[in-house]
Amino acid sequence: MRKLWENKVSRRRLLGSAAAAGAAVPVLHELVPHSGLHNQSASAREEALHNGRQLHSGSGHRGAVGRVSASANGFDPQEILRDFDTGTMRNGVREWEIVAKDRRIEVAPGVFYDAWTYNDRVPGPTLRAREGERLRIRFTNASIHPHTMHFHGIHRDLSDGIPGIGPGNIDPGGSAVYEFDATPFGLHLYHCHSTPLAEHIAKGLYGAFIIDPEEARAPADELVMVMNGFDTNFDRSNEVYAVNTVAFAYMDEPVRVKRGELVRIYLVNALEFDLLNSFHVHANFFDYYPTGTRREPRDFTDTVIQGQGERGILELRFPYTGKYMFHAHVSEFAELGWMGFFEVV
Amino acid sequence: MEPATASRERARRPPAWVAGLVPLLILAAAIGLFVALDAPGLDRIGVPEEELVVERTVLRPGEIELHVRNDGADPVEVRQAIVNDGFAEFRQSTDEIGRLGGDKVTVQYPWIEGQAYEVLLLTATGATIDHAIDAAVETPDADLGFYGLMALIGLYVGVIPVAIGMLWLPWLRTVDARWLRFLLAFTIGLLGFLGIEALLEGSEIAGSGPAALGGAALVWLGAVSAYLALAGIGAWVQNRSKGAATGYRAALLVALGIGLHNLGEGLAIGSAYAVGSLALGAALVVGFALHNTTEGLAIVAPAAREKVSVWSLAGLGLLAGAPAVLGAWIGASAFHPSVAGLMFGIGAGAIAQVIVQIAPSIRESKSGPLLSPLTAGGLLTGLLVMYVTGLMVSV
Repeated sequence: MRKLWENKVSRRRLLGSAAAAGAAVPVLHELVPHSGLHNQSASAREEALHNGRQLHSGSGHRGAVGRVSASANGFDPQEILRDFDTGTMRNGVREWEIVAKDRRIEVAPGVFYDAWTYNDRVPGPTLRAREGERLRIRFTNASIHPHTMHFHGIHRDLSDGIPGIGPGNIDPGGSAVYEFDATPFGLHLYHCHSTPLAEHIAKGLYGAFIIDPEEARAPADELVMVMNGFDTNFDRSNEVYAVNTVAFAYMDEPVRVKRGELVRIYLVNALEFDLLNSFHVHANFFDYYPTGTRREPRDFTDTVIQGQGERGILELRFPYTGKYMFHAHVSEFAELGWMGFFEVV
Repeated sequence: MEPATASRERARRPPAWVAGLVPLLILAAAIGLFVALDAPGLDRIGVPEEELVVERTVLRPGEIELHVRNDGADPVEVRQAIVNDGFAEFRQSTDEIGRLGGDKVTVQYPWIEGQAYEVLLLTATGATIDHAIDAAVETPDADLGFYGLMALIGLYVGVIPVAIGMLWLPWLRTVDARWLRFLLAFTIGLLGFLGIEALLEGSEIAGSGPAALGGAALVWLGAVSAYLALAGIGAWVQNRSKGAATGYRAALLVALGIGLHNLGEGLAIGSAYAVGSLALGAALVVGFALHNTTEGLAIVAPAAREKVSVWSLAGLGLLAGAPAVLGAWIGASAFHPSVAGLMFGIGAGAIAQVIVQIAPSIRESKSGPLLSPLTAGGLLTGLLVMYVTGLMVSV
């Protein structure tokens, strides 16, 4: 949200040089608005035409002009959805290697943001373990700023990943090992805890952290959705909103799910500057498990609100084929990028 | 023999004007070298500063068109448009707007009349250019009817009041010399008010335009240029027409100064109409009529002691009033803050020159002081009348 009373021109202070801004930025902008269909595969396009459906551009939905290049970004919102990083088991301990790096990413078509990343992506990798396991995270800071990794969960202060305790702030070039047990089961998150805190999180240093219960959940098509936003002009309010970083990514390419199959969504709110975020699915209802720490759903609903750092698990089945929207019911966020489609086949 | 050698030597020696070119050539070479070496030793520090100024907003059903100009040192790449907290589709004709370059950004948005909108242009670096539309109103089409309406407004606020004011001429011929001097002082006071108003209004308008084009400095540039140009023309006319009627010449200058001022006034009216912020109606016309009628008096006062043909008087009236029509046309169809500021400046400079020209005629005697209690009173009355009648006009 922006404030109307702010300066006429909010200037962005880039960290790179003018040359870097000019030369290193792949220009992917398109001059004319999309006619709506040209980026789909041929079969999808035929199908869409056959069904009289269109993607968002030109269809009456508001959206950005152009498309974000997943290959230039180095990560694809479609892949992030189902990408679970279970690390490697070494002597009974589950281990991950995480590297913090500075990286310019494209958050909306043609709009670039100097992000801070875990393992070159925003959100960082979805770390997944089983309840009771011993976890070891080897963290290296390849950024030019000090960072930490702070995990939500139950553990000793020495592994809490905050400045001043245990390894504390990890300086550029430094590294640290965080070790703790996976408890409690549920959906958590991890993020940088260096100060200024809001900045270190908003720049992209966060990710989902799933601890599966000992008794596994029912098999399902599992999706990770990290709701986030980007303050591109440094006015401490977001210009761009999204799930999994890229504005309108699932408008341009819907999330494909199967009719009747159980869909489980790990929903995390990593948004800064706005107090709350929400998730709403069209033409359907879901069971909601706040923080995923109980086996019984708290709610059967179609809209859920999450505050900063809040998360929960959604379970639903789509009874009909077709295209169903999902978006923040904070409508402003929706039209600033946090809006997508499920395509049920 | 000797003359031949001398001429040959003269031929060998380069002509004198070449010496004048040498510094220019060296400068050109230095600049070329500097650019070719990419400014050695002067690496850019800091970050690109992206600045766009919205010079004009055109609203059509379902569309908001922004005429933008790059006001900063670095190129600007507009990548997305956000209207009232939502991405909107848009078109632009260039991918990158260079320094001082302009572009039209056409945003598709179902705006509703009377509502306020905030348009954000998001650049490739994530910077935002914020443009507020206070109350959305469709921009009038520049068709014949529109030009007719602007002409009518110009007539109402410019030509007719000035013409009515000039009808004081028969009465002026009957007042004695002392009171005529009072009226001339009144004219100067009036002109002084208009000049100050033009400078202030021009600075405000030009200040809203691109600073890279000069901003408010354009007003002063215009004022000084107009002053010097008119001083030159005045001296030339005086040399050519020795002994000719100087009263008429003074009246002509006053009419010209007021005409340039009314051009600016027309601009302000026209541009206000185009963005829908002009309360058209009786109040506006009455206010301007009172305000500008006194201008008619000011024009004829210097010529009160001379015979002036009706046609000459009509010419003076048109010179002073008709620019309001022209100004309204320009203001409503092709308004540009920098150009408008420059025009206001030209008006102010012209007025200053007119004041200088007619100031001597309020002197009681050739050796006496410029001001007497009566003429000082005239000056103040002029300022006061313009101030009070100006309260009725708000554009």
